[in-house]
Amino acid sequence: MKIEVTLNGRTCTDEIPDDLRLFDYLRQKGCASVKCGCETSNCGLCTVLLDGKPVLSCSVLAARASGHAVTTLEGVQERAAVFGAFLADQGAEQCGFCSPGLVMTVLAMEEELEHPTREEIQHYLAGNLCRCSGYQGQLRAIENYLNREVQA
Amino acid sequence: MKQKYVGAPVRKRDAMALVTGQPVYTADIAPAGCLVVKLLRSPHASAVIREIRADAARRAPGIACVLTWRDVPQSRFTTAGQTWPEPSPYDRLILDRRIRCAGDPVAIVAGETEAQVDAALRLIKVEYDVQTPLLDFTQALDNPILVHPEPDFRALCDVGADNKRNLCAQGVNAEGDVDAELAKCEVVIDQTYNTLANNQTMMETFRAFAQLDAFGRLVVTSSTQVPFHVRRILSNALELPKSRIRVVKPRIGGGFGAKQTAVCEVYPAIVALHTGRPAMIVYSRAESMTNGSPRHQMQIHIRLGADRDGTIRAIDLHTLSNAGAYGEHGPTTVGLSGHKSIPLYGSVQHFRFSWDVVYTNTMGAGAYRGYGATQGIYALETAVNELAAQLGIDPTVLREKNMVREGQRMPAYYGEMLQSCALDRCMARAKQMIGWDEKYPARTLPNGHIRSVGVAMAMQGSSISHVDVAGVRIMLGDEGYYTLMIGATDMGTGCDTILAQMAADCLDCPLERITVPGVDTDTSPYDCGSYASSTTYLTGMAVVKAAGELREKILGRGAELLEADSGECEFDGLRVTHLPSGRFVTLEDIGYDSFSGAHSCLVAETSCTSPTSPPPFMVGIAEIDLDPETGKVEMVDYAGAVDCGTVVNANLARVQTEGGIVQGIGMALTEQVQYTDKGMMMNNSLMQYKIPTRLDAGRIRVEFEPSCEPAGPFGAKSIGELVINTPAPAITNAIYNATGLQFRSLPVTSEQIAMGLMQKRG
Repeated sequence: MKIEVTLNGRTCTDEIPDDLRLFDYLRQKGCASVKCGCETSNCGLCTVLLDGKPVLSCSVLAARASGHAVTTLEGVQERAAVFGAFLADQGAEQCGFCSPGLVMTVLAMEEELEHPTREEIQHYLAGNLCRCSGYQGQLRAIENYLNREVQA
Repeated sequence: MKQKYVGAPVRKRDAMALVTGQPVYTADIAPAGCLVVKLLRSPHASAVIREIRADAARRAPGIACVLTWRDVPQSRFTTAGQTWPEPSPYDRLILDRRIRCAGDPVAIVAGETEAQVDAALRLIKVEYDVQTPLLDFTQALDNPILVHPEPDFRALCDVGADNKRNLCAQGVNAEGDVDAELAKCEVVIDQTYNTLANNQTMMETFRAFAQLDAFGRLVVTSSTQVPFHVRRILSNALELPKSRIRVVKPRIGGGFGAKQTAVCEVYPAIVALHTGRPAMIVYSRAESMTNGSPRHQMQIHIRLGADRDGTIRAIDLHTLSNAGAYGEHGPTTVGLSGHKSIPLYGSVQHFRFSWDVVYTNTMGAGAYRGYGATQGIYALETAVNELAAQLGIDPTVLREKNMVREGQRMPAYYGEMLQSCALDRCMARAKQMIGWDEKYPARTLPNGHIRSVGVAMAMQGSSISHVDVAGVRIMLGDEGYYTLMIGATDMGTGCDTILAQMAADCLDCPLERITVPGVDTDTSPYDCGSYASSTTYLTGMAVVKAAGELREKILGRGAELLEADSGECEFDGLRVTHLPSGRFVTLEDIGYDSFSGAHSCLVAETSCTSPTSPPPFMVGIAEIDLDPETGKVEMVDYAGAVDCGTVVNANLARVQTEGGIVQGIGMALTEQVQYTDKGMMMNNSLMQYKIPTRLDAGRIRVEFEPSCEPAGPFGAKSIGELVINTPAPAITNAIYNATGLQFRSLPVTSEQIAMGLMQKRG
């Protein structure tokens, strides 16, 4: 089937198999930041934005993205670098394999929640697993990031 | 030597590339057109392949290669990433006619697309002679069912392996007269503790791709902790000289020991050799769960003898370890269960540590952070907490009375002298952090929940003494920049950064002047790899040594250029100055000179091995909230006080510790590998194998109580493994303090607690 997706601001028209997952489509389109960590929609590594809302690209058909806007980390490099620097300052990226999914979810949270509490942050990000960091450094980074203007 | 970077919380050199999602991992850099490699796996835990028909699969569209047991070399090997001669027995083939655990590979299929390979896998017809599996590791020794009946089973080292008895390893180590001493003790705790297999669950599953280079050599790019060992393992398995193989390590998405075993490399490698085409395998999460290299399941029997005043006098510890179907790391992990638990108690002069490691038809185990010490420390620390309860002594006070101290000889730690130890300060600090004296043992909240605390101590080593080798080469470039070549593998831990920090301080230069390339067995100096908590300590030691030698060479060349006596010159990191005259030559000029004319490059290369393995120490105190109605345990707070010697990078050491504690929390409460009665592993997804999410971790606080290790670089010891060892015993202790229920098996689930409390209420 034929789909038309606005991928990171660019219109892409592609012929794809009906059952192609959005995850595989994005990897094929060169979005290497999108990672896969499981087959059961549990890890959050493959999170991308579909019309600005975070989705697990492993659980969305590419066909569903037709006529919609998909954003991956490749499309938000500047914002990623700003938040990413806070992660880096904690050493909380560690292996980095879960970072793209985490960064996408944090950027979505920033749009969606105003002044989230620590508990709201933890719940918003509950679907983003990390095996290296123990989550504490990520939380410090996120709070520092959200308070960056206050601190500056 | 000035310390500008060592001790500073500098960013990881690769951090910004990782957080912005750059294509730096194995699957991101695979060549286009890579064949997709997948494995047909056995549904049976024990079987012999009677017949396998793959013709239809070979003819299927898009299929480049189908291999069965008839098509692979017949040399047995081990996939354990260890220094040769490996203690792990040579007990496996690439594909074997005999199936020893569910999921054992039966055929390798490579094709153009995943869909085509999946279709071909379904076309392979296998007739199995299904046999009764041996699943209970407590019944394995001398069981009539033999896991490895093959005549060419081979143990290179004298580890007590005997395949006719299902023995992967056996041994005993003792000092003093433990039986006589126990007979004299006023109190003896005599209990058995059980741990399950645990899956490392690194976010990047096992993966590698292989291709032939312009010279026909096999080039394997792998997410591995042990590139040089992978080269030898491939050489053994494929009957190919090591000189024909090159292994490259890019960025790695976590390892935790899983990737100290060459779990997947051989499959794309043999496909590349057969087809001449690049080939890649990416394990699914399910495959990583069922046929990875998890922690060894252990049953540990302890007899702990003490006087009524709490003086611990004797420890008798026996470990039964489940190797599973294959012996990777079996003979060595078991050693740490005693050697890195008993020495926590300096008061003990009489000990015996004995072990059996047995084969069963469950998944083969491997290396997981802590490497046997985790299981041994869980058992011994729980026994010590039981002793404290029996004697009515605060468990922290009991430990203060018996813990090992700096300057003591450690009989159960290969007789080594303890040169650096801040365990006493760690205990004081952790107690203060959590408010132990106010909170011990427990209090009931208005909502009926119980808040309690529990404690444990831990140790580990720093490298394998006399065995591990770390190589470092530092070269001066023509702009006055340095290239630091290492064979140790950064797997997200940050070793490329902390080693650069050390080099920058040794060479008095800005950190940015040190480039650390990835590991490539063709060009990197030999290093056994990143495992056994060796990198900071041992590779760091090699960095200090090599940088010192390079400084001398820079000084010498500078003096030559100045036509001066080097004894009158000084190198300050930027220039070599002739002190009497003030004339100088810059580092850039020296570097440029070394690249021109007939001069040799300025390079220093060194290897290090360590005669000792200085232990880092830690005290962990857990505070939990336990709901007596449901048995649910929530982590409230965790205080970790760590002595890793000098803290080289406070950020990275802290995050290592926090991450290790959370992995330990999973081991204590939720991570539960279960099998069907046919030997199929049931928890093969992140939905069923519950690693902690950020809602399960609670608050974690880490502080450092550094000692200074005289043998370590800048006084440093290790940290990576140590930090996983305290949660299981500390949380078990907190649960006891909340409920009076003494659990002796992991994990301690809510159901068990609720059932225990129901029985107690009657």
